[in-house]
Amino acid sequence: MPERRIVTIDGNEAAAHIAHKTNEVIAIYPITPSSNMGEWADAWSAQGRKNIWGTVPLVVEMQSEGGAAGAVHGALQTGSLTTTFTASQGLLLMIPNMFKIAGELTSTVFHVSARTVATHALSIYGDHSDVMACRSTGWGMLCSNSVQEVMDLALIAQAATLEARVPFIHFFDGFRTSHELNKIEELADEDIRAMIDDNLVMAHRARGLTPEKPVVRGTAQNPDVFFQTREASNPYYLATPGIVQAQMDKFAQLVGRQYHLFDYYGAPDAERVIVVMGSAAEVAQATVDHLLAQGEKVGVLKVRLYRPFSVQHFIDALPSTVKIVATLDRTKEPGAAGEPLYQDVATAVVETGAAFRVIGGRYGLAGKEFTPAMCKAVFDNMAQAKPKNHFTVGIVDDVTHTSLDVDPSFNIEPANMVRALFYGLGADGTVGANHNSIRIIGTETPNSAQGFFVYDSKKSGSTTTSHLRFGPEAIHAPYLIQSANFIAIHQWVFVERYNVLPIAEKNAVFLLNSPYGPDEVWDQLPRSMQQQIIDKDLRFFVIDAYKVARDTGMGVRINTIMQTAFFAISGVLPRDEAIDKIKESIRKTYGRRGEAVVQQNFAAVDHTLSHLYEVHYPRQVTSQIERPPTVDASAPEFVQDVTAPIMAGLGELLPASMLPADGTWPSATTQWEKRNIALEIPVWDESICIQCGKCAFVCPHAAIRTKVYPAEALTDAPATFKAMDYKGRELPGMKYTVQVAPEDCTGCALCVEACPAKNKSEPRFKALNMAPQPPLRFAERDNFAYFIALPELDRTLIQPNNVKNSQMLQPLFEFSGACSGCGETPYVKLVSQLFGDRAIIANATGCSSIYGANLPTTPWSVNKEGRGPAWSNSLFEDNAEFGLGFRLTLDKQSEFAAELVQGHRDVLGDELADALLNAEQATERGIMEQRARVAAVKERLANVGEPWARQLTTVVDSLIKRSVWIIGGDGWAYDIGYGGLDHVLASGRKVNVLVLDTQVYSNTGGQSSKATPRAAVARFAAAGKPLPKKDLGAIAMSYGSIYVAQVAMGASDAQTVRAFLEAEAYPGPSLIIAYSHCIAHGINMTKGLDQQKLAVDSGAWPLYRFNPLLAEQGRNPLTLDSKAPKIPLRDYIYNETRYSALVRSDEERAEMLLGLAQADVEKRWRQYEQLATIPSTPEK
Amino acid sequence: MVDLTTTYMGLTLKNPIVPSASPLSKSVSDIVRLAENGAAAVTMYSLFEEQIDMEALAQHHFLEQGSYSYAEALTYFPQTIEYNRGPEEYLDLIRQAKAAVDIPIIASLNGVTPGGWIGYARMMEQAGADAIECNVYLIPTRLDQDAAAIENIYLEVLKAVKATVKVPVAMKLSPFFSSLPNMAYRLDRAGADALVLFNRFYQPDLDIEELTVAPNLILSQSTELRLPLRWIAILYGHIKASLALTTGVHTAEDIVKAIMAGADVANVASVLLAQGVEKIPELLSGLQHWMEMHEYESVSQMKGALSQRSCPEPAAFERANYMKVLRSWSQTFLP
Repeated sequence: MPERRIVTIDGNEAAAHIAHKTNEVIAIYPITPSSNMGEWADAWSAQGRKNIWGTVPLVVEMQSEGGAAGAVHGALQTGSLTTTFTASQGLLLMIPNMFKIAGELTSTVFHVSARTVATHALSIYGDHSDVMACRSTGWGMLCSNSVQEVMDLALIAQAATLEARVPFIHFFDGFRTSHELNKIEELADEDIRAMIDDNLVMAHRARGLTPEKPVVRGTAQNPDVFFQTREASNPYYLATPGIVQAQMDKFAQLVGRQYHLFDYYGAPDAERVIVVMGSAAEVAQATVDHLLAQGEKVGVLKVRLYRPFSVQHFIDALPSTVKIVATLDRTKEPGAAGEPLYQDVATAVVETGAAFRVIGGRYGLAGKEFTPAMCKAVFDNMAQAKPKNHFTVGIVDDVTHTSLDVDPSFNIEPANMVRALFYGLGADGTVGANHNSIRIIGTETPNSAQGFFVYDSKKSGSTTTSHLRFGPEAIHAPYLIQSANFIAIHQWVFVERYNVLPIAEKNAVFLLNSPYGPDEVWDQLPRSMQQQIIDKDLRFFVIDAYKVARDTGMGVRINTIMQTAFFAISGVLPRDEAIDKIKESIRKTYGRRGEAVVQQNFAAVDHTLSHLYEVHYPRQVTSQIERPPTVDASAPEFVQDVTAPIMAGLGELLPASMLPADGTWPSATTQWEKRNIALEIPVWDESICIQCGKCAFVCPHAAIRTKVYPAEALTDAPATFKAMDYKGRELPGMKYTVQVAPEDCTGCALCVEACPAKNKSEPRFKALNMAPQPPLRFAERDNFAYFIALPELDRTLIQPNNVKNSQMLQPLFEFSGACSGCGETPYVKLVSQLFGDRAIIANATGCSSIYGANLPTTPWSVNKEGRGPAWSNSLFEDNAEFGLGFRLTLDKQSEFAAELVQGHRDVLGDELADALLNAEQATERGIMEQRARVAAVKERLANVGEPWARQLTTVVDSLIKRSVWIIGGDGWAYDIGYGGLDHVLASGRKVNVLVLDTQVYSNTGGQSSKATPRAAVARFAAAGKPLPKKDLGAIAMSYGSIYVAQVAMGASDAQTVRAFLEAEAYPGPSLIIAYSHCIAHGINMTKGLDQQKLAVDSGAWPLYRFNPLLAEQGRNPLTLDSKAPKIPLRDYIYNETRYSALVRSDEERAEMLLGLAQADVEKRWRQYEQLATIPSTPEK
Repeated sequence: MVDLTTTYMGLTLKNPIVPSASPLSKSVSDIVRLAENGAAAVTMYSLFEEQIDMEALAQHHFLEQGSYSYAEALTYFPQTIEYNRGPEEYLDLIRQAKAAVDIPIIASLNGVTPGGWIGYARMMEQAGADAIECNVYLIPTRLDQDAAAIENIYLEVLKAVKATVKVPVAMKLSPFFSSLPNMAYRLDRAGADALVLFNRFYQPDLDIEELTVAPNLILSQSTELRLPLRWIAILYGHIKASLALTTGVHTAEDIVKAIMAGADVANVASVLLAQGVEKIPELLSGLQHWMEMHEYESVSQMKGALSQRSCPEPAAFERANYMKVLRSWSQTFLP
């Protein structure tokens, strides 16, 4: 028997392990939650890991999933064993090829971490809506329910497809299984070799296209033969279930784990049986165990081979005693007679005449929890005389009353299992530490181990919850911990924000990272928390982890410290042994990062124990502190009722009636979410300030603002509110204030970096200086509220054509969840300031759609008149076309409105009609006047009852100038959406495209895009990208009819403002490519602006504007706004880990790529310089 | 034909020109070029323990930054890359240089912890370094640290490294000791195989437009030769350790002066950085020519000829030198 390793890995790694061992070509494209599979495959190939035939699989990143599917199809057609990994919209993009691949009877397995398909909203979490959309493609569908099964069934699928010639989707639940860490047995190469029949591999290869033996495939067929041909493939499908079962049997003989097409678990004489697939089957199994012990006659049928659906195998797998079956579908098909599994089971019953009843229900959409209590509710429903059919479970549906009642007290967590919950911040390393802990326990003890991690939707200051289970028995619990015997709060701020102790069991251990010591902490807790600690008789420990971290140079990462504290008090391992194992793990994990890193973590471990204290608390509540409400009492009703519960982590409890059915949400709600995540905030020194506005300009979160307002408005100001005389002559007698929003600031300090005004005697001080937030919080909160209430500047009084003036305009994009120091959001915010009150925005999926609209709150805001950007996200790949659609509507509606105005002059009057139709709207005043005219039209039409008047009333707004913005990242613009972008830019329509170019797929974790520069390390380019960045601007300029600008606010904020204004003013399409520094660059985000400047100085990012209007005037349309490269490229790039990492891993290659990249820069500069100096003649 | 050979901390060198620790020795090809152009040995650029630690910690920080914060981007960099942190790069260079050239390779080390000095020195020896130069780059800024404490650091470093390695150990010194001869004497007694005079500390400039301190490396000038020249002349003959003169050696005449003051080798860097390593043959032929013109047969014959011990005016290295300058000035300009 081969030696099999016991490993603690997640589902994605398990699938990738088999896929990489059994394929020759792998075409990939990142999409959550499947990206990691491609990343593993790419990394293993980069390391030279070989497949079972002794060759390293070729891994290629494509421009989209559609591209990946095409490449896979081609590689399959030429005889390679080929695979890909995907999910959700990615799988949908593969469907056209999947029909072809199946129609051509081609052996392959796609591994899918099943994820929700976007409908009223996008969701990254798991359900089966994506794989269910593929039911008609002719693919086999094999479902894994746990991490171990992912590895096992991945191999069974591969073996089966080679024999059956039916391609397979091998799927498992996104996140719940793809990202769950679990201790499993890894299949050895010998196992894989034994399962894969090389004769079938040769046969697959022999079917490949070759000019040595040419054939034609992919013909066009007519009505005469197409149909018959489709039916001719029937035998393959009829044989497939038998083939799969045979492979399952062979696998059982080799490995010992027996699977069936349908696996029944439960009472042999069960009367009630749940039919389900995916991780919920594991939940059902555990629940069945519990109910069997109580004498109930229940069972679960796990569907493994869903397609081809073998009716006979299904019926045979059920006990003959069954009276009722409940199918559970993790998908919704609105309008269908039932969800897919229900329909298949119902068909099976009809066709076989089986004598049991079938009901069906939905559960778990978009990663919604499926717990034993919910499973119990399903069994209870089945026991009813009139069980509810087409039910839902896990939600409260008070609209159509589909939901089952669930008993929240039903809990089957075994007592002999450690169930530990950790609440941390993303930045503090909690999740990483828990990954280590699970691996330590998984590897070093005989215990089973499971880890699952939950993240909120913010990119800065995000809350993480780690759910860890360890125990002597196998863990069948793919659901969040229901009751914990260990709870750790890694951030003091959570004491105020979340009510976490209800989940604690009696006598549980409670560990709190607290700035207060064991003697002071008790009185700092809210009353409700004290009560729960007393009631549950918790063992309560505190540690000042930040002090230990500071003392040992760990900064804000308290991971090692809290991990050590966990092992010290949880009793999972003997304390000394645990410490040794932590240190071993540190050496293993960080050894390759350098001895200093190892030693620093060792020091943190050693310091932890002496700072860990048990708190001996009184038996009565003593605190005067109450937890504050989640949102301020002045928040709108919707925010109070809907948004606030989501913010408090109670969104699960919201019933269907309270949620907008069509996904339409109010904007301007981030203002109610006071996250208080900044450790330090900027403090304004008005005696130094030169009123340049740069601080507000660069602020990624609109958390520092400038305002010019009449002196007389400054009454009853809070005592610490600061103001100074406005220095500009154009607005005499006005006051000026720079104000921070202390509870919204993330503490990135970009404003301080951008501030050019230094204290002349002590230049280390500027007009803005960072200071600790807590002592300033309440005073500055009042100041900010006062500041907001001050009147906004009349937009017609200034020209926003410089940085200072642009920042006098109210930002209508504020307090997003973007990373602290984000390089994208200042550009987005600038759009909102310059054009926000008339903007309509199409946003490609990516970082900007996530920080732009990930619930609970929305950063797109409104001004006092209620106007602001209207925003929507369609898909990743179609954003340009989506935005063009906005423009088409506006163009059509304004044309129709103009026709109606023209045709009804008699009613409207010539003066108003002429003014409406010939309005000058190039200025703020012009737009304001047009708004007044439109209002006048509506007023005049109010009493005109004729149909044309109603028509005009509803389209006349389109006569007010609209600003259409198409916004997205480089992954969209350079790769997946490039074809559409190109078409839209070539359309001549007035749309503005803003490409937030981080030069990498930021949102999915740093995969290489065609915007990634040569020599940069990225995922799918682990050895440094070998080829140069695509020059998107040059391609667009080649049309000659598109306004194109390349900007970098850190290098020239003035040029940035100019470009945005010119782009909007240009009567045709415009494209702005904006350098956006990014956390994925591996930089100190506080220095992001400096990096932008260095990028420009080195020539890596030339600044330019290409304005076709200049050509019409006989001038060269291209203006270079930056100088020839004046510093070597290395002085810019080696400040960034994405480049310097390569020097550390492969210096020779780094040097070689640097040389080529330097040459790229020089060559491009010469080309631009030539273009910019060509004399032009007026166009005819 | 004159004899240019010299002996430096037990190593027999074919001539007294040794490129000092600088970017000139960043790669094997650079070291080969130095050797091909006639360098008698190479002191490699300094391995800074603090820099290794800082870079490792910084890189670790940035690789981890933002990780496990957001479900779609759990990390941002390929996790499987082997980051070759620490001294490996430097040690590889020693190994490759030893294989590529037949002149001695002197490794240069700047440590910050006792463990660092000992550990890295041992690794350098194991990698094949013929000698180790301890570059105790120390700018005292603490008000509570007295001179004795500073001097002790030098001695402790030397003792620790000597106890660890068998190859010769040189100490690169600061010129800012209250009693340099005493310091040299104590280092000599503690086993230093050579003293390298002097470390030319990086001196930042001030940017009065930007109100910042501006890092700004200025290459040495010939005039800077005077400082080490004097102290080598004073020390020559009084200690057993070899002497290396560094700072300000730009011409063949400068080398002659260094040797005549008592140096066993003259370290060069600025002139090579400014004029290229092809300057070495020019310096060598210049030295040879000067010796022939002045009928010196060997470097050893020249060595220390104008040291304080051997020169006709020993007092000139002391206060009298100043007096002489004053006198010449008054004779010229006073009525």
